[in-house]
Amino acid sequence: MEREGEVFTSEEMERQRMDYIYMVSKGCLIISLNAELDHHLAEEMRHVIDGIIDKRGVYRIIIDFSKIDFMDSAGIGLIMGRYKKIRDYGDISIVGANESIQRILLISGLHKIVHIYENLNQAMNHQKGGHNEK
Amino acid sequence: MKNNIYDNYCEITFDSKSENEGFARVVAASFCTGLDPTLEEISDIKTAVSEAVTNAIVHGYNNGPGEISMKCMILDGIFTVIVHDDGVGIDNIHRAMEPLFTTKPEMERSGMGFSFMEAFMDELKVESAKNKGTTITMKKRIGAQV
Ligand SMILES: Nc1ncnc2c1ncn2[C@@H]1O[C@H](COP(=O)(O)OP(=O)(O)O)[C@@H](O)[C@H]1O
Ligand SMILES: [Mg+2]
Repeated sequence: MEREGEVFTSEEMERQRMDYIYMVSKGCLIISLNAELDHHLAEEMRHVIDGIIDKRGVYRIIIDFSKIDFMDSAGIGLIMGRYKKIRDYGDISIVGANESIQRILLISGLHKIVHIYENLNQAMNHQKGGHNEK
Repeated sequence: MKNNIYDNYCEITFDSKSENEGFARVVAASFCTGLDPTLEEISDIKTAVSEAVTNAIVHGYNNGPGEISMKCMILDGIFTVIVHDDGVGIDNIHRAMEPLFTTKPEMERSGMGFSFMEAFMDELKVESAKNKGTTITMKKRIGAQV
């Protein structure tokens, strides 16, 4: 019984960690989502992301949705919260959003405050170009 | 509830825990597959169910313990889902349903939950009263376009 419990816990932790992967490079935080972005995941992510922003001096956030097909209003809350945190000196980009996620961005008005790109390459290239007026 | 008046019926009860949000979405989406829904319809239903169940957990039970029930039914091509909690209830339903209105801004709620339920389903009914729990009924015709 105890062993079963242990096994389950470690698998659960592995899954949690794989829900999203992030990478920081030169002030840019790239988050690649692997699990549906709902309230459950958003709650966990926001503390992690804010920790990284503060510790590593992040001023650009790119969120890659290409591997997932679902986000609800909790995702909107997560993105809005990070936007409020870094808007004075940075920006947020969303890449790889499918049609239904784009619809959520549109209805919520979020498309007006974040940059939207088809894929990660486009987002990175645009940033190298230097200016991203909005 | 009698199920023989519906073409199909299902009822689940689960703990008010955020890890059950995904579970509830999958149940509702799978339940509809018999109606041959489009990807967009599946996505609409998942979003609406996710919003209602999350509200029960976050607002109804304040992230504390509780039980949530979800009933799904199909009758004549119309999918109905009823999400119920026995939580704190809503004292001003009209105000709660306004876009961007939230009582928990500190928790990064966007106040868009009811707006999404309205946008993605054909019908939304909210029954609630202070300390009387909340019942959300949503309907959507599946496979409407011939
Ligand atoms: N099941 C519920 N029990 C109690 N209050 C609720 C419930 N669902 C919604 N509410 C109230 O309605 C408000 C608006 O809900 P919603 O549009 O989903 O926005 P959000 O969840 O982002 O606050 C909530 O802030 C809350 O005050
Ligand atoms: Mg909500």
